[in-house]
Amino acid sequence: MNIGNLIKISFRALSNNKMRAFLTMLGVIIGVASVITMLAIGQGSKESIRSQISEMGSNMIMIQPGAEMRGGVRQSSDDMQTLKLEDYYALRDKTRYITACSPTVSSSGQFIFGPNNYPGSLSGVNQAYLDIRKLSIDDGTIFSDQQIAAAAKVCIVGKTITKNLFPNGDDPIGKVIRFNKIPFTIIGTLKEKGYNSMGMDQDNIVLAPYTTVQKRVLAITYIQGIFASSVSEKMTDQAMDEVTQILRTNHKLKTTDDDDFNIRSQEEISSMMTSTTNTLTILLACIAGISLLVGGIGIMNIMYVSVTERTREIGLRMSIGAKGRDILSQFLIEAVILSFTGGIIGVILGIGTSFIVKFALSWPVSIQWYSVILSFGVCTITGVFFGWYPAKKAAELDPIEAIRYE
Amino acid sequence: MNDRSIIRLENIKRYFQVGEETVHALRGVSFSIKEGEFVSIMGASGSGKSTLLNLLGCLDTPTEGEYFLDNIPVSSMGKNERSTIRNRKIGFIFQSYNLLPKTTALENVELPLLYNPAFNMKERHEKAKKALEAVGLSDRLNHKSNQMSGGQQQRVAIARALVNDPVLILADEATGNLDTRTAFEIMILLQELHRDGRTIIFVTHNPELAAFTSRNIVLRDGKIIKDGLNEHIESAQKMLDSLPKQED
Ligand SMILES: Nc1ncnc2c1ncn2[C@@H]1O[C@H](COP(=O)(O)OP(=O)(O)O)[C@@H](O)[C@H]1O
Ligand SMILES: [Mg+2]
Repeated sequence: MNIGNLIKISFRALSNNKMRAFLTMLGVIIGVASVITMLAIGQGSKESIRSQISEMGSNMIMIQPGAEMRGGVRQSSDDMQTLKLEDYYALRDKTRYITACSPTVSSSGQFIFGPNNYPGSLSGVNQAYLDIRKLSIDDGTIFSDQQIAAAAKVCIVGKTITKNLFPNGDDPIGKVIRFNKIPFTIIGTLKEKGYNSMGMDQDNIVLAPYTTVQKRVLAITYIQGIFASSVSEKMTDQAMDEVTQILRTNHKLKTTDDDDFNIRSQEEISSMMTSTTNTLTILLACIAGISLLVGGIGIMNIMYVSVTERTREIGLRMSIGAKGRDILSQFLIEAVILSFTGGIIGVILGIGTSFIVKFALSWPVSIQWYSVILSFGVCTITGVFFGWYPAKKAAELDPIEAIRYE
Repeated sequence: MNDRSIIRLENIKRYFQVGEETVHALRGVSFSIKEGEFVSIMGASGSGKSTLLNLLGCLDTPTEGEYFLDNIPVSSMGKNERSTIRNRKIGFIFQSYNLLPKTTALENVELPLLYNPAFNMKERHEKAKKALEAVGLSDRLNHKSNQMSGGQQQRVAIARALVNDPVLILADEATGNLDTRTAFEIMILLQELHRDGRTIIFVTHNPELAAFTSRNIVLRDGKIIKDGLNEHIESAQKMLDSLPKQED
C-alpha cells in the first residue's frame, strides 16, 4: 500500500466531516496557543524585571533606619531617627567597597507653577545619587557642593514634572516652582526613564540638595536613608558587611544588640522578584500543559467515537481490499493530520495572541521559540499517541460484522 | 464461453459458536462455477446465503472443506493475502449500497483502486469514469452519494464493483432495497454485464429473479437442495417494458 494513497484517503475522510475535524483540532489549537502565550507572558515579565533592575543599578545598596525596639515595640522606619549625617560621612570616608553614596530625605507634596500643579515628592540627595540610581542630566546642571553647603533652593526635575508644570513646552531651566510655599529654582532636567516593572512613574521625580530638604522643608537633622553603590555586583556582600560594621561602631552597639538599621541590596530584591516570576511562569506552563493534555484526550475521544460511527465505512473498505494495517495507517494519519494542522493553527494563534497582549495591553511579552517547538512537538506526539488506540481498534474489526453494523 | 471453472467448493461447512450453541450455517456445500456464468443463489431467510457469499468473497473462511478461487486454495492464504484477492479479483455489491457518505460518485468508484498501488491518479480517474459510463451514470460523475436516488446509488456501487476488472462479481440482495422498476433496471445492467462475459453470483430470497440468471442454486438450512441451468433466460428489459408505464 503506498503512503501517498493513504494520505489521500485520510484527507478525503477528514474533509467529509469538517465540523468533526475542526472540533477535534480545537483542543490542540487551544493547548498549543495557550502554552505559547503563557510562556511568552511569563518570560516577558521576567525579562522586563531583570532589565528594570539592571537599569536601576544592580550594585545598589539601600540603608534604612529600622529594627529599633522601644519598650518592646518595633518602630516604623519613618518615625525612626537612627541614621544621622555622621553615618553618611563615615560611609563616604571610611569604606573600601563603596564607590558612591548619598543621604536621602524626602517630602511629598504639590509642585506648583503658575496655574499648573502636580503631586510628587521632593528628594533631598547629593550629586552621587545620579550615578547610584543610573539617572542622567538632560539639560542644565546638577547642584554644586557650594549649593549643598548653603542649602540653596535649587532643584532638578524629571520629565513628568516638566510636562505637567510647563504644558506649553516652555524651557523649565531658570523657572521658579513652589513646593509647600517654598520657591525652588530649576537648574536642570533629567533624561526620561519611563515606568518601572511595578508601574511606577520614574520620571515623577524632583531632586534638591539634601541640606535644603532637611533644613528648609522638613526641619530635621537626621536622615531617612542612605543609597550607596558597591564597587561591583560581586562585591555587594562585602560592601554590606563593611557598612554594617561601620554603622554598628558609629552607633556604639554592643555585640548583643540588634542592628538599628537595615541594609538591602538590589541583588536581593531582584532575586526575590525573579523567583516570584519563575513561580508564575511554572504555574502558567502547568496550566497550559494541562490544556494540551486535554486537547490530546479530545483527539482520542473523538477518534474513538468516530471509529464506532464509521464502523460500516471501515467494513466497506476492508471488503474492497483494505488490509488491517491500511485501516490502522488511515486512522493514525488522520490523527497526525489533525494534530499537525491544529498545532500550526495553535502556533499562529499563540503568536498572534502574544502580540495582541503586547500591543493592546502593553504587557511585557517575549515569545519563546523553544515553547513553539516544544508545544508543536508535544501535540503531534499526543496526536499519534492518543490516535493509536482507536486506530488499532478500527484495524481489528471483523469486516463482516463491520459492514452489517447499524 | 469457455469451460474454465473459477470457483470450486468442496464440502464447505461453516459453523458459528453462539454461547453454548453451535449454529450450522452451512452443512456441506459443493459446486463449481465456470467463467461467464450468472448464478442466482436463492433460499429463505437464514438458509445460509450470505454466509456462503462471504466465503466466496474471501471475507470469511470455512470451518471445514476447501474453496479454490482460480485454482488457489483460499485456506492457504493469510488475512492480508485475502485482502489483496478481494481487491484484485472480487467486486462486491451490497443490499444497502455502502457508498461513502458525502463523497462523489467518482471518488466512491475510485476507492478500490486507491488500495492498489499499481494505478496512478490518472489511471484511477480513467477507469472510474469508464465504469460509471458502463452503468449509465456518465452525467453524474461529481454528484455526491446523498444527492442520488437508491437506483443511482446502486449503480455507483456496481461501478465500484467493476472498476478493478474482477473475475467475480458478488451481489447480496442487490435489489432488496429498490422498487420493482428500479430493481428491473439493475437486473438489466447485470444481464448486460453477463452478456459481456462477466461472472456474477446473485444472492436473493426472491424466486422471481431466478428467471433472469443462467443458473439457479437453492439453499435450505445450509444445504443445496437444487442446482440447475436455466434454459430460458428471460430478458429483464422485456419485463420492464411490460410493466405499466409510470408518470415521469
Ligand atoms: N456471525 C454469525 N454469528 C452467529 N450466527 C450467524 C452469523 N452469521 C450468520 N449466522 C447464522 O447463520 C445462519 C445463516 O445466516 P445467513 O447466511 O445470514 O442467512 P441468509 O443470508 O440466507 O438470510 C442464520 O441462522 C444466522 O443466524
Ligand atoms: Mg442474507
